[in-house]
Amino acid sequence: MDIDKREGVFSGLTILAFCWAVVGPLTMKFFADHGAKVIRVETRKRPCTMRSSAPYKDNIPNYNKGGYFNYYNSNILSLSLNMDTPEAREIAKKLAVECDVFMENYTPGVIEKWGLGYDELKKIRPDIIMLRQSGYGSWGPYAKLPAFGMVLVPIAGLPNFIGWPDKEPLPVGVSAYTDCISPRFATATLIAALDYRRKTGKGQLLDLSQFETALYFIAPAILDYVVNDREPERIGNSSPNAAPHGVYPCRGDDRWCTIAVSSDEEWAGLCREMDRPEYIDDPRFKKFADRKQNEDELNRLVGEWTTTLVAEEVMERLQSAGIPAGVVKNTADVYNDPQLNKRNIYWPMEHSEMGMFTHLGQSFQLSKTPSQAYSPSPLLGEHTEYICTKLLGMSDEEFIDLMQKGVFE
Amino acid sequence: MLNHCRALDLTDDKGFLCGKTLADLGADVIKIERPGGDPSRGIGGFWHDTPDPEKSLYWFAYNSNKRGITLNIESAEGREIFKKLVRTADFVIESFPPGYMERLGLDYSSLSGINKGIIMASITPFGTEEPYRDYKDSDIVVMGMSGTLYQTGETDGPPVHISTPQACLHAGLDAAVGVMIAYHYREMTGEGQHVDVSMQQSAAWFQANAVPTWELMERNLKRSGAFRAGMSKDVGQRQVWPCRDGYVFFNVIGGRTGAKSLSALVEWMNEDGGATDFLLNMDWDNFDMFTVTKEEMDSISEPVGEFFRSHTRQELLAGAVPRGVSIGPLSSMEDLLNDECLRERNFWKEIEHPELGASLTYPREFVKSTETDCSTRFRAPLIGEHNAEVYNKIGLSQQELTELKEAGII
Repeated sequence: MDIDKREGVFSGLTILAFCWAVVGPLTMKFFADHGAKVIRVETRKRPCTMRSSAPYKDNIPNYNKGGYFNYYNSNILSLSLNMDTPEAREIAKKLAVECDVFMENYTPGVIEKWGLGYDELKKIRPDIIMLRQSGYGSWGPYAKLPAFGMVLVPIAGLPNFIGWPDKEPLPVGVSAYTDCISPRFATATLIAALDYRRKTGKGQLLDLSQFETALYFIAPAILDYVVNDREPERIGNSSPNAAPHGVYPCRGDDRWCTIAVSSDEEWAGLCREMDRPEYIDDPRFKKFADRKQNEDELNRLVGEWTTTLVAEEVMERLQSAGIPAGVVKNTADVYNDPQLNKRNIYWPMEHSEMGMFTHLGQSFQLSKTPSQAYSPSPLLGEHTEYICTKLLGMSDEEFIDLMQKGVFE
Repeated sequence: MLNHCRALDLTDDKGFLCGKTLADLGADVIKIERPGGDPSRGIGGFWHDTPDPEKSLYWFAYNSNKRGITLNIESAEGREIFKKLVRTADFVIESFPPGYMERLGLDYSSLSGINKGIIMASITPFGTEEPYRDYKDSDIVVMGMSGTLYQTGETDGPPVHISTPQACLHAGLDAAVGVMIAYHYREMTGEGQHVDVSMQQSAAWFQANAVPTWELMERNLKRSGAFRAGMSKDVGQRQVWPCRDGYVFFNVIGGRTGAKSLSALVEWMNEDGGATDFLLNMDWDNFDMFTVTKEEMDSISEPVGEFFRSHTRQELLAGAVPRGVSIGPLSSMEDLLNDECLRERNFWKEIEHPELGASLTYPREFVKSTETDCSTRFRAPLIGEHNAEVYNKIGLSQQELTELKEAGII
């Protein structure tokens, strides 16, 4: 589909992005999925780490065949620029003037080195909106420390909430979990900043820190420390407000079902489903406090029942009885989940190097202006010529000349 | 930035973060609770461990910068008052079960009849489609249905849950993004719309490389406990290491991604007298975690583990920063409150709670803007705290308010 004909809420908006790993693309996606032209600057000299991350199509390491990269970059345009050349820096500056937003998440110092810092850009585009999202913020004592999600998860304290009391704390299994937090804060803020500029004519610099935004995901525990001097403890799968509450083994290999019972009525319902009505008034389990006190025994008995059934049956039977329960879905289950697929979480698209390949789709639905799958993830530099000649109006001769100089490497 | 916008926030804990995000960006967010207060005020912990709807820390954490009123929208009179408020609002955010607002005649199509520009966000556990539409939720259930739970925990044990609620936060943030996209559209066209957010979908949206790994290799990424998933199948690669006073997270990564950090660590160990010849002579640029042998891994893990064990979290972080080593000491809450970077960036802010006779430390802001202040400005509302000021503005007199209160409507 013609890039200039993309319709959507952000049609007409252009974003220039110098981004790395996952935080960048997840932010870009919200705009690109609604019709913005999002120009992602890359280089063959140093392709994004996602381009060189497994798994690869047919197991062939190649920066256009990476599953990790191609999953997250649909609808985005790729401009290849070798920023070591002065010509590339000039092109970047020209684009910055033309674009509505400049977005980046490199380690602070990199864009400054290229003359693309906020103060520089403001001189040539006074109302520029710049969005920065590095690991620890664009200034401060850790600013220059290279950051990635696997390290930010523990620094932001999340593993304190994962694991068993007598064992070590654990990482979130979805690695780089914090990567999906800051892009959402950033996107909401950026749209507000666009509105602000429309109304006042003023641009601004927005500085987000992935570390700081992640702390919003443990905010109640921070207050519990501030107020009650209490540090979080690892409690496995139990809950202070529900029992039984946990992950129970089901029939089959590595199959599990969650159950969360937070009232005596739900407990009675569970007993009936287990065909053990005598447990309802059993003094060990009658009230929440009793169940909490005898939780090990409780979990053992519930687990004895669940092991006889497949996880789907446990879920369906308990949900029919109004009890919160769910299959612990592995990736294949999630990939085939009927609900998620109806809600377009995945976009299968034909990709020239990947073949038919599932791209990440939308995370929520808008009734009048749904997000759209315009194009598969770009090959490295796929849109270089379009951007230089169509958007910047470069002549073919000039383009070829620059190409021969290695500007588009 | 959003000072000219007003949001009516009817959510319980499933959606708090949406209104909080808009409020921090400057919107006037009015929390609407049932008379007597929202049940989510019963979520612990509590101020000085005293269960009390005015002392819930969960409520405090995600409702600061919002005003609060009470209103029974199940009564006919309450609905009329709500509709009056909708005329003054830009956004309505709710997290009732699917169909609830429709039964009250307060769904999007009804509200857009009153205010064409209204943007309504609905946050539900699984969305409004079958088969899961009416399924009951709990954070552990939703996180299980989203894929995150399966991948967390020890390889030979059950999946392990993140014990502080997460799905509602993913969903609340998505709702904020959706509302803002809809707002951008409205500013161009004058038309509002409905934003439909499912907690399951929001939590399933980011699964690192799990989906392409399944599609391209038919491999389900499994739990790998304290080790790193998805690398060499035969050689365990530790990610969680004990240090002198806790734990530190560190991945042995070579090549372009990790060689610099790894070499810097070895140099640091060398200054410390703990680097072995094996480590010093290793070619980290060409070191590959997919093909590493068990012997090589042991030769790395033993001295590195020894180095971590002899240092505290604080020493490791302080040493890592100037050297550019990517390690993550597991922060306690105390560490976070004292963290040098957060302090220097002025991340913490004291917010007064006059009725508690105390000031509490809150995260100040999720973004630093050169144009506007996005700070937490005031604490979460008490039950019905702003009834008078909000209702007077839409023309209700003090006398009427007293009557409405007696009738149990506010």
